[in-house]
Amino acid sequence: MKNNNYELRKFVIGGVAVGIVIVYLIRLFTLQLWSDDYKKNADSNAFRKDIQYPSRGLIMDRKGRLLVYNEPSYNIMVVMNDQRGVDTLDFCRTVGITREEYEKRMADIKNRNKNPGYSRYTPQLFMAQIPAQEFSLFREKLFRFNGFSIEKRTTRQYTSAIGAHLLGDVGEVNEHDIEEDPYYKSGDYIGKLGIERSYEKQLRGEKGMRIMLRDVHGRTQGHYQDGKYDKQPQPGKNLTLGIDRDLQALAERLLTGKLGAIVAIEPKTGEVLCLASSPTYDPRIMVGRDRGKHHRELQMDLYRKPLLNRGIMGTYPPGSTFKITQALVGLQEGSINPQIAFPCSHGFNYKGLHVGCHGHSSPIPLVPAIGTSCNSYFCWNLYRMLSNRHKYGSVQKAMTKWKDYMVAMGFGYKLGIDLPGEKRGMIPNADYYDKAYRKSWNGLTVISIAIGQGEVTATPLQIANLAATVANRGYFITPHVVHAVQDGRLAPEYYKKRYTGVDRRWYEYVVAGMRKAVLDGTCRGADIPGYEVCGKTGTAQNRGHDHSAFMGFAPMNDPRIAVAVYVENGGFGNVYGVPIGALIMEQYLNGKLSEASLKKAEHFQNMHIKYPEYER
Amino acid sequence: MQNRSPLLSVDWVVVAIYLILLVCGWFSICGATHELGDTNFFDWTTRTGKQLVWIGLALMLAFVLLLLDDRYLDTLSGLFYWLMVAVLFITPFIAKDIKGSRSWISLGICNIQPAEFAKCATALAVAKLINQYGFTLSEMRNFAKAAGLILLPMVLIVLQKETGSALVYLAFFLMFYREGMPGCILFCAVAAVAYFVVGIRFGEVLLPGTQATVGEFSVLLMIWLFTLGMLRIYCPRSRHALHLLAVGAGVLTASLLLSLCIVPVDISWALIGLMVYMVGYLAWQSLSERLNSYLLIAVFALGSTAFLYASDYVLNDVLEPHQRTRIQVLLGMNDDKRDAGYNVNQSKIAIGSGGLEGKGFMNGTQTKLKYVPEQDTDFIFCTVGEEQGFVGSAAVLLLFLSLILRLIFLAERQTSVFGRVYGYSIMSILLFHVFINVGMVMGLTPVIGIPLPFFSYGGSSLWGFTLTLFIFLRIDAGRKRN
Repeated sequence: MKNNNYELRKFVIGGVAVGIVIVYLIRLFTLQLWSDDYKKNADSNAFRKDIQYPSRGLIMDRKGRLLVYNEPSYNIMVVMNDQRGVDTLDFCRTVGITREEYEKRMADIKNRNKNPGYSRYTPQLFMAQIPAQEFSLFREKLFRFNGFSIEKRTTRQYTSAIGAHLLGDVGEVNEHDIEEDPYYKSGDYIGKLGIERSYEKQLRGEKGMRIMLRDVHGRTQGHYQDGKYDKQPQPGKNLTLGIDRDLQALAERLLTGKLGAIVAIEPKTGEVLCLASSPTYDPRIMVGRDRGKHHRELQMDLYRKPLLNRGIMGTYPPGSTFKITQALVGLQEGSINPQIAFPCSHGFNYKGLHVGCHGHSSPIPLVPAIGTSCNSYFCWNLYRMLSNRHKYGSVQKAMTKWKDYMVAMGFGYKLGIDLPGEKRGMIPNADYYDKAYRKSWNGLTVISIAIGQGEVTATPLQIANLAATVANRGYFITPHVVHAVQDGRLAPEYYKKRYTGVDRRWYEYVVAGMRKAVLDGTCRGADIPGYEVCGKTGTAQNRGHDHSAFMGFAPMNDPRIAVAVYVENGGFGNVYGVPIGALIMEQYLNGKLSEASLKKAEHFQNMHIKYPEYER
Repeated sequence: MQNRSPLLSVDWVVVAIYLILLVCGWFSICGATHELGDTNFFDWTTRTGKQLVWIGLALMLAFVLLLLDDRYLDTLSGLFYWLMVAVLFITPFIAKDIKGSRSWISLGICNIQPAEFAKCATALAVAKLINQYGFTLSEMRNFAKAAGLILLPMVLIVLQKETGSALVYLAFFLMFYREGMPGCILFCAVAAVAYFVVGIRFGEVLLPGTQATVGEFSVLLMIWLFTLGMLRIYCPRSRHALHLLAVGAGVLTASLLLSLCIVPVDISWALIGLMVYMVGYLAWQSLSERLNSYLLIAVFALGSTAFLYASDYVLNDVLEPHQRTRIQVLLGMNDDKRDAGYNVNQSKIAIGSGGLEGKGFMNGTQTKLKYVPEQDTDFIFCTVGEEQGFVGSAAVLLLFLSLILRLIFLAERQTSVFGRVYGYSIMSILLFHVFINVGMVMGLTPVIGIPLPFFSYGGSSLWGFTLTLFIFLRIDAGRKRN
C-alpha cells in the first residue's frame, strides 16, 4: 500500500468525530440538565403567539379622494384544549347562532380535511368578520367563555358604488394561495380581483407577532422578555390611482342599461382615467361574510356576465376605428401617400369582390377618406400592400410585416395593464391564413381585416390605447391604473415609451383625418366648445345588431385625454359611441358638464338597449 | 468464498445502525407533526404516512443495491457523475421557486432534489480518479483535478440558491486529508475560522487597562503562538523559535506595563510591530540559510495577519446588513433575534425543556405549538431533545458516532483505493451533516439548511443517503474478491 504512511491519520479523523460529539454532549447537558432557564420558558402554558394583522393600504383616486378603506371587524377564535365548561346555550344566544350551527362549526374545526392547520393548542377561527356593532355583547361576556378569544381584523369598505371591476375585492385565501406563498395562513385575506389582486404585495403589508406570557389560567401576563421577540406589523402601502372618481362615475352612469365599456387614458403618462364596464355591481356587496354568496350569484349570471371586466376582457371587432392603424401602415410602407386617391362607387369593387360603402364623393384621398370612413379606400390600401410581391416577395411576408406593425401598436397581445385577466385580442398572421385557406389566399381573401372586421378583434383598452398613440403622434406608455405606490415606484414598463415604428409625420395626416371626421364627417357632434376634438367612429358588424364604437382624443394639439367607447349592439358609431365619448372628454377637460350636456347625459343614462338573447 | 452472496458478507453492524436510525427518525416525525390522540400515522396523506412510503422504497433500494454487481461501479461512476452534473445544470431552469431556492424538480406525484443524489455521484467520481495507477494527491496537478470534480457540482448547487447543500461538499477535504493532502491546509482552514470567530466576536470589547480590543489582541497572540509552533514542528533543530519567543515575550510585557502603569495605549500596535519583525526575520533567515520552510512560515504569519484585517473589512464594508446580522447573531453579539435568532432560540427552548428523560413520545408541547420552524425537516433534532430528553438525544448522537467510526473502520479495511476513498467520502459527508445540523439546532453552528441524515422528513435526502451508504456496503461486501 503506497499510502501506508497516512494510515495513522485515521486516528486524527476519528478523533475529530469523537471531539465533535463530546462537545455536543456537553452542550446538550448544559441545555437540558445544567440550567433550567430554557425549561421555564417552555412551560406549555407560558406562551401565546399573537399574530398582529397590518392594516391594508388605502386606495385613492388621482385627486387623492378616498375610494377603498378599512373598517374594524372581529373574529372569534377558539383554543380547543382550553375550551371547557362553556355554557353553550348562552354562547349561541350571544353570537346569534343555533346549537346545530355551533356543533357543526366545532366539528369543522376538528376536521383536518377542511382545516389542515388544526392544532388543539393554537387559536382556531370560529366565526369570521363580525361587525363592531354586533360584537359588544360578546365582548362583555367573553370572560365566561373559556378558550374563546377575539382577534381584531379589518374588512374592506368602499366609499361609493363605482369601480367594482377595477378595484376588485379581498377574500379568504384558498389552499392554492397558501401553497404559492408561505406568508399566508389559513384564514388570511388576499386580493381576489382587480387592483386588490394585482397590487396584493404592496397593499397587504407585513404581519407582526407578539409573544405573550400566560399563567396557568390562561390569562395574559404581559410580553415575553419585554417584547424582545415581538415584531411590529408593517402597514400596507397606500395606492393613488390614475382614475378620476367623477369620470368613472359618469362613465358607469352612461353605460346603464347597455352592455359595453368605456376606457379613457391620459396619453402622456399612460394612466387610465376611467375604466368602466357594464353591467357592473356594487363593490360593497363583496365584503364580509356574504362575499362568497354574492360572488356566486354574479358568477351564475351566464348571459350578462357582470364579473367580466369588458374594458380589458371583452374582445370585439374594432370596426372602423381600426382604419387608423391601416392608414398609418400604408403611409409608412408606401402603399398609399397623402395625395393618392382611390375610387369608391358605393364600395370596393375588384375582381368580382364587393365591399359596400355609403355615398360620398369619389375618387377620395386620405384625409377625407378617414373623415367619411370610406371602406373602399382602406381595402385598396391593404390590397396594394399585400399584393406587392416586388417589395415583400410573397403575400405571407407582406402579412408578417403588417402583423408586426399591429403588434407594435398594441394589438394582438396583452398590453400589460396592471390588472388581472387582460385578454390579448386577435391579430391574424400568415400562418393562420395558411392553415385556414391551405396556403391559397391573397389580399382579397382577407380584405375584411382592412376595415376592422373578420378575424381581427381587440379590447376596448387596446382601442383607447390606439387613440392615445395617435394623440402622442407615434408612441404609447403601457396603460396602467395605479398612479403611485406609497414609498415605492411602479414597475419600470409604466415609465417607458413604446414606439410603433411609424414616423411622426404620418401621424399628422391621420390626426387631420380624425379632426375632419369631427368637423364634417362621421363624428359630428363630438366637438366640445373650446376644444379641438379628434375622433373616429366604428360600426362593427355582428351577427345581431351592429356594435357602436368610438375613439377619440382632445385637445388636438395638447392631448389630455384619449377615450374609447364600445356599446354592444348599439348600432351606428354615432348613435352611442360619439355622444358618450364627447361627454366623457368634456367631463374630464372641464371637470364638470354644461347644463346641456347634463341633460344629454341623463338622456343616455335612460336609453336602455334590449338584449333579447340575454332575457331568459 | 468467491461465490458468497453479498447478502451474507454485508456488514450487519452498519445495517443495524441504519435501521435503528430510520425507526427513530420516523417516530420523531410522528412527534413533530402529530398531536396526542391522533392515530392516523399511516394515513397516506399525512407526513408520517408519506415518510413511511419513502422508508419502504429506501429499503427496497438498499436491497436491490446489495444484489447488483459492484464490478461495473468503477466504470459507471464517470457516467453517473456527468449525468448528475447535467441534471444539476438544468434544475434551476425547470424548477419551481420554493422559498427562494430553485432546487426541486417536480415529478408529478413527488418532488426530487437532485443535489441530494449528486453527493453520491461526486464521491464515486473522486474515488475513481484517485484510484488511478500512480495518482498521488500531493502533486499539485492531481489535487487540482480532484478539487475541480468537487467544485463543479458545488457551484451548480450555489446557482440553485441552496448554499447549505453546496457547503456539504467541503467535507470531501477531510477525505483528502486521509489521502495525503498536507495537514497544514486543514490546519490553516481551522485557524482561519478561529481568527474569524474570535476577531469578530470580541472585536468591540476593550482589553482592560489598554486601548486594544480583545479580539485583535487575542488573534495576534494566536498568530504569534501558531508561528512559533510551526517553527518547532517543521524545523525542530532551529533556534529561531526560542529567539522569537524571547523577543515576543519582551515586547508584550513592555507594552502591557506601559499601558497599565503609565498611560493606556493601543498595545495591538506593539503586536503588529512584533508581526512585522517576525515576518522580516524569518524571510531574512530563509535567504541566508536557504531554507524554504522559513519563508513558508513567514507567509503563514503574514497571511494570517492580513486575514484578520480583511475579515473585519469584509464584515463591515462588503457584506449586506442582513448577512452581517446573521453572523453577529450566530456569534451571540446581536440580540436582535426576531428573524435569524428566533428559530434557534425557540429550538434551544424546546431542547432545554426536555430535561433528563424528556416529556415522552408525542408529549412535546413546543414543537406542537409550532414555535419551532421546519420542525420535521431541518429542526427535527429538537423533537428528539424535547420528547426523549438528554438520554434520548445523547443516544442518537452516540449512534451517529458509532456509524461514523464503523465507516472509518470499514474504509480502512478496503483492499482497493477506490473503496477506501469512497468510504471516507461518505463518512465525511455524514459527519458534516450531523455536525452542522445538530450544532445549528443547539445554537453552535450557523443556520445552514441541511437535513439530519435518516431523520429529517423527505424522500430525496433519505434515498440519497441510502444510495450512498449501500453502494459502500456493496463494495465492502465484495472487497475480498479483488
